[in-house]
Amino acid sequence: MVVESESTKDELVIDVQDLVTYYGTRKILDQVNLQVLAGEIMVIMGGSGSGKSTLLRHMLALNKPAAGAIRLFGKDPNKLSAPQLHAIRQRMGVSFQNGALFNSLNVEENVAFPLREHTRLDENTIRIMARMKLEVVNLAGFEKLMPSQLSGGMVKRAALARAIVMDPSLLFFDEPSAGLDPVVSADLDELILRLRDAMKVTIVVVTHELDSAFRIADRILVLDKGKVLILGTVDEVKSSDNKRVQNLLNRKSEDVIVNPDEYLQRLTDDLAGL
Amino acid sequence: MNTRKFIERIGEKTIDAIEEVGYHFSLLVESFYWLLVGPFVKQPVRLHYIFSEMMKIGVLAIPVVILLSFSNGIMMAIQGIVTLQEFNAESQVVPGIAYSVTREFGVLITAIVVAGRSGSAIAARIGSMQMSQEVDALRVMGIEPVRHLVAPIIFSMLVMMPILTIMADSAALIGGGLYTGFVLKLSLGTFIDRCFDVLVVYDVMQGLYKSLIFGVLIALVACSNGFSVSGGAEGLGKATTRSVVMSIAMIVMVDMIFTYFLSR
Repeated sequence: MVVESESTKDELVIDVQDLVTYYGTRKILDQVNLQVLAGEIMVIMGGSGSGKSTLLRHMLALNKPAAGAIRLFGKDPNKLSAPQLHAIRQRMGVSFQNGALFNSLNVEENVAFPLREHTRLDENTIRIMARMKLEVVNLAGFEKLMPSQLSGGMVKRAALARAIVMDPSLLFFDEPSAGLDPVVSADLDELILRLRDAMKVTIVVVTHELDSAFRIADRILVLDKGKVLILGTVDEVKSSDNKRVQNLLNRKSEDVIVNPDEYLQRLTDDLAGL
Repeated sequence: MNTRKFIERIGEKTIDAIEEVGYHFSLLVESFYWLLVGPFVKQPVRLHYIFSEMMKIGVLAIPVVILLSFSNGIMMAIQGIVTLQEFNAESQVVPGIAYSVTREFGVLITAIVVAGRSGSAIAARIGSMQMSQEVDALRVMGIEPVRHLVAPIIFSMLVMMPILTIMADSAALIGGGLYTGFVLKLSLGTFIDRCFDVLVVYDVMQGLYKSLIFGVLIALVACSNGFSVSGGAEGLGKATTRSVVMSIAMIVMVDMIFTYFLSR
């Protein structure tokens, strides 16, 4: 179960309140509420277009909400000065969907990059720390390779090493298993669990992979069309009698009731002369 | 109905254009902020990035800038001599070349070469970083992309553009001098002496001022186009093209405006 020290018990790491956001005029997120507690693994699930990536971008303070608020470590990132925001961001690590490794730097330089930018450690210490993190993700010996020479799984692990190099207390994963075969994907899940236990870090994972979600999650948030469908433990989600949730779990597509008039209208919508 | 749509379109485009100018301006202000204030708030602009940009923008452009300017000098000598012959004033070709090279053509050729070489490269590099989420990665690490990516480019432009322009000026004068000497039996030394007789510091400075402006223009246009890339490979290609076309168009137009105010 969740390992918690006394001081971090039930502490709110992320607090999302009534978040609303638009892309152009399209509503992407509608009144989303989410509280992530220290030390837990929160998995955000949903099909494509459900708004889960947008929710992630808000939690990373990359997007500004149209309404509602986000608090990271108790502070609203959109109201902080740049140095304060930088300080908060140094407590967070992010592993992006396609790694987002800097293509002009090799693996070791990528991992060492945050240390070089944010610390005044000497060169040897930086390199040793970078190699330690590469050991953690089983990438020892690949220090000198460029990102373009790595396989998909190695890219994700290198990105993870870079995300944890500053010893963050909050870690985000965007689609950790996307594009990986089941074995590599399971390895990565193991790694995520091990990290949580070893570093006592809070983890937020955005994914659409059910197996992976059930394997690692303490709690799961299911998004559908920008709304929270359900938020609960793995068992609660599995035993939910909500039809949409069951559809998602059983990989069934949504039942669409066809209205003949609307259907015809859609087909001929912008055709001239009809 | 159509007129209304047309007017709406004009309105939309105008707003877009104003937004873009505003964005360029904010990039410029932010870059100077990081260059000047960065070291005091633990976000310095890294020297090795500046050097690497100077290498790419400036040093590697030297051969082509010199080659083009040299040819341009010869071309101006040919045209000048032919035209002036009609008035029996061939000897006046020297001040003609000297003025137009230092005030206009040296800096113009430099700017166009840099816009084509570095403008496109910068837009493509930042654009692909934007696409692969590397820019987001910088942001979430607490590193300002403008400080990390744009400021070194602006600084390098401010240093390298005047240096390249002086090289271009010299190459064009030597090219013009060699041809003039060949046709009018004038030694290169005499040609250069006579250039210095007619040129004042202001003529050369006029070119150098412009080179600073053009350098900043190229950097801002390339960076902003890079950051605004969306829509995959197609979008990246568009942004690269747009950055080169826009910066060359702006260079020529800004040049005209400057010439109007500086040369009369």
